[in-house]
Amino acid sequence: MSPLLTYVLRHADDNLIVAQRLGELIASMPDLEEDIAVANVGLDHLGQARHFYDYASELDPDSRDEDQFAMERSEREFLNATLVEQPNGDFAQTQMRQFLLDAYQVPLYEAMTASDDARLAAISAKAVKEARYHLERSSAWVVRLGAGTPVSHEKISQAVEYLWPYAGDLFYADDVEEGLAASGVAVDPATVRPTFDATVADVFASANLSVPDDPYARMGGRTGFHTEHLGHLLPEMQSLYRAHPGATW
Amino acid sequence: MNLQDDFDARLAADRKIEPRDWMPEKYRKTMIRQIAQHAHSEIIGQQPEGNWITRAPTLKRKAILMAKVQDEAGHGLYLYSAAETLGVSRDELMDMLHTGRQKYSSIFNYPTLSWADMGAVGWLVDGAAITNQVMLTRTSFGPYARAMIRICKEESFHQRQGYEIMLTLCNGTEAQKAMAQDALDRWWWPSLAMFGPPDAESTHTAQSVAWKIKRETNDELRQKFVDMTVPQAEILGLTIPDPDLVWDADAEHYRFGEIDWDDFWQVVKGDGPCNRERIAHKVKAWEDGAWVREAAVEHAKRAASTTKLAAGGAAL
Repeated sequence: MSPLLTYVLRHADDNLIVAQRLGELIASMPDLEEDIAVANVGLDHLGQARHFYDYASELDPDSRDEDQFAMERSEREFLNATLVEQPNGDFAQTQMRQFLLDAYQVPLYEAMTASDDARLAAISAKAVKEARYHLERSSAWVVRLGAGTPVSHEKISQAVEYLWPYAGDLFYADDVEEGLAASGVAVDPATVRPTFDATVADVFASANLSVPDDPYARMGGRTGFHTEHLGHLLPEMQSLYRAHPGATW
Repeated sequence: MNLQDDFDARLAADRKIEPRDWMPEKYRKTMIRQIAQHAHSEIIGQQPEGNWITRAPTLKRKAILMAKVQDEAGHGLYLYSAAETLGVSRDELMDMLHTGRQKYSSIFNYPTLSWADMGAVGWLVDGAAITNQVMLTRTSFGPYARAMIRICKEESFHQRQGYEIMLTLCNGTEAQKAMAQDALDRWWWPSLAMFGPPDAESTHTAQSVAWKIKRETNDELRQKFVDMTVPQAEILGLTIPDPDLVWDADAEHYRFGEIDWDDFWQVVKGDGPCNRERIAHKVKAWEDGAWVREAAVEHAKRAASTTKLAAGGAAL
């Protein structure tokens, strides 16, 4: 697989997997407004995934389409960061996962709009608007829960503790990122990290949360070494498609 | 002119009743009951379709389905707001739903067992709903009528999407066609029952027609739906599960068999295949979310008092 195809799939998969997780939540949220919001955010991520898969399809020697990428690959072939495959858990965990992803995607997409690759620049120009709105929402929830009641504070603190190691995987970089960044195509994740850290510090301060000082990060998603959760998510997502090989839907 | 005469005159002149207008208490209660029931149906209706979001067979279908389920939540929000203009709060209405004191459309008490159900629900259930709702765009209560105009636009989009799923399945493999026929077999009769009991046995119809809440009766709407849907089934190459279905050339209507009203009433009264799980799911989501809503209220209170302090400080 070419480095560019790998790079594009890493971002496509982040968005598809988080959209799949958000799709699990519809009709289960604390109120009607949140039911609407979770579908809205999920749809944005699904839309971003489809744009990246579209481009991946052009880059792929086998010209696989979006559904082949989504439905025909196995666990070891998915390249999303381990953060997005983590279960929804309670509302605090869902919002914290979203916040960590948003805090990463905003500076990522902002930088990607300056890519020398016109397709990546165009995809991220649209995506960044959505990501900014997502970040606004998820930040507001982190603050509300962190500075809300003792119960909500406890739950959002637990969510930080659980998810923090997976957030580190968002910043994984290997020859793919480094090579493509050198040629002005990709965003080096290391350049995104300071903005991410600043956003986290800022929002956590308003939420009375402390930023964990544990340096451990559970890496591996970008090379297909996932947590065990993905192996449960994919069979559900792919079951109908795989039960009818070659069918048109 | 007294208040009742004024109300009657407005109805007679086909003018809308607005929230601040005087209205008979029974009219108000009927409107609350009907709008709330409609709102609850949108909310509970998210469940049977939400059931297939994670398993949609393509990303395009997944996106369409997510958008559709989101529309339903939006309709619910819109309708609860219309009900609130009559002096009832959304929390009260939610509580009535959770405790079974208000109902939702019984159609959502049937399970969605295959992907074809996403087609059949859109085609038949949304189709039946639209037949009813197009009439309601002319209903006498202003906020409800206006909500219906917007909702109908989205519903007719959903109906076409549902039909398109059926069409794709019917042009597909043998297994897909069988899936489509099975879905039609299961959803046909419950869809006809959606229009409610026959006119002769309907407790609300006469009064609702007099108040111009309903502009057509259950049986009239049901007939309209059958006449519209049978030719669509023929295009799909599917068989409607009714041996008595026949075209009456003189009347220019399809004649259809007897609906199993015992089954209908059993589901209405709570013993359908999914009544218990639909409400249990809704109540669980609500109860699991209690701490979230409490945190939001607490935080808003604190933010408001901080703003007040800041404003007070500035004044000093």
